[in-house]
Amino acid sequence: MTLNIGVLAIQGDVTENFLSVMASLSELGIDGAVSQVKTAEQISKLDGLIIPGGESTMIGQMSLVNGALKTIKEKIESGMPVFGICAGMILLSKNSKDRIVGDVEQPLLDLLDVKIERNSFGRQKDSFEAEISLDPIGISSFNGVFIRAPSVSDVGKEVQILAKFEEKIVSVKQGNIIATSFHPELTRDTSLHKSFVQMVKDSKS
Amino acid sequence: MIPLSGDIPNSKGEIKEVNEMTSISRGTSTLKRGFAHMLKNGVVMDVTTVEQALIAEEAGAVSVMVLDKLPSDVRKAGGVARTASIRIIQEIMDNVTIPVMAKCRIGHVYEANVLAETNVDMIDESEVLTPADEYHHIWKWDYTTPFVNGARSLGEALRRVEEGAAMIRTKGEPGTGNVAEAITHIKKVNDELRSIKSIYDSGDKQDLVKMARELKVSYSLVEETAKIGRLPVVNFAAGGIATPADAAYLMSLGCDGIFVGSGIFKAEDAKERARAVVLATTFWEEPDKVKEAQKMIDERQSILGLDVKDLELKMQERGGTV
Repeated sequence: MTLNIGVLAIQGDVTENFLSVMASLSELGIDGAVSQVKTAEQISKLDGLIIPGGESTMIGQMSLVNGALKTIKEKIESGMPVFGICAGMILLSKNSKDRIVGDVEQPLLDLLDVKIERNSFGRQKDSFEAEISLDPIGISSFNGVFIRAPSVSDVGKEVQILAKFEEKIVSVKQGNIIATSFHPELTRDTSLHKSFVQMVKDSKS
Repeated sequence: MIPLSGDIPNSKGEIKEVNEMTSISRGTSTLKRGFAHMLKNGVVMDVTTVEQALIAEEAGAVSVMVLDKLPSDVRKAGGVARTASIRIIQEIMDNVTIPVMAKCRIGHVYEANVLAETNVDMIDESEVLTPADEYHHIWKWDYTTPFVNGARSLGEALRRVEEGAAMIRTKGEPGTGNVAEAITHIKKVNDELRSIKSIYDSGDKQDLVKMARELKVSYSLVEETAKIGRLPVVNFAAGGIATPADAAYLMSLGCDGIFVGSGIFKAEDAKERARAVVLATTFWEEPDKVKEAQKMIDERQSILGLDVKDLELKMQERGGTV
């Protein structure tokens, strides 16, 4: 049985995630294919989806326009594992606010029971790399690349906190949803992508 | 993993903060180039006011570029074009959630310092403004803030990367509403990339050294670029883009995204056009969607445009030879 993993290819760093999944599949020796997906039809055939980094407002609006957003929501509700990175984490959330601008009207998937603070660590000059640990999923050390990153300011009962940095929550898991505010696809370390691929595999068996 | 070809470790712009619990780095190549990677497949729009910035954000722009005047007005006004008012840049930063960029003059170190202090997300060392130094570009490794530079050829692009640019835009002719130059230059860069890649693949080191001399850039950067067969940083198209079809065509030539200058806010249907250009950039592979986007605009409201042959001032030539 071949796993069919997709990277949402509306906008952002799609190729980087594509390559990280390719590497993960081969390192794990799992039979699977990875594709860049845009349309509802392509998304409906997936076993797992990555929503990459980019501009969340733009990705939300454009996937609303072509009907992809609705299909993504239905698929996740029916159990498809999803990995949201930075913008992807914002899109999965129920509630998002900008640190400076405040309330923003933007389409959200309204699934991950968290409150997001956008641009939580400041502007680009404040972007940083730091060592993170995600002990609950067995990753003790990971180079977190935070680019104008959001953080989680409030979590619901079902949400497990995977990582914090300086008291701010930067990675969470809720059932079939995993999210990080940093960018594992910009590093050589595939351990987070591998952990997601494993999640997709487990959901199929 | 993103390509880090030409990276200078421990450059001045890289800041390490170490305390008891954590050690963090800012201004690394991964962070600066990574920022540009987050803009891919998006449209960056030139704006001069908060109102325009809000229209751009709502239309789905991934970033706005703040100028004092739109390029076509810079062309008309003549005189010296400088960086925009800090007050307006700040006001825009306080009102949109997307990243904010601003332009400084080529070689003007202190305009760049002022923009970096203002905390803009990216600085464009731009030929649209009057160059302050005909012989030197800014040494961009000294900054924690990432830079984007224009280029008309592979050599120009790699020289800018060597100086620390985290992103390139292939130059068209700004403020003309004429996409011809942008098309010519992206094709030229693509041809040159193909050519160095084939030399690399053939294993002819001597020829690659010769290429490095011609391109006036270090051998190691040429070798690494030849190996991956593309620019090591994100490359957007810019200059003269006026319609959704212009944007989609440039995407099809392998650009990572689009800068639109005068094309949107010099048109009379700015709001619809902004949205239409974003749609065409996002869905450039789907002809029916590009048609729908093109249908949203009215050609009678497009910027009139200029024939590049008749221009007295060619902004694209600024800073190109060094």
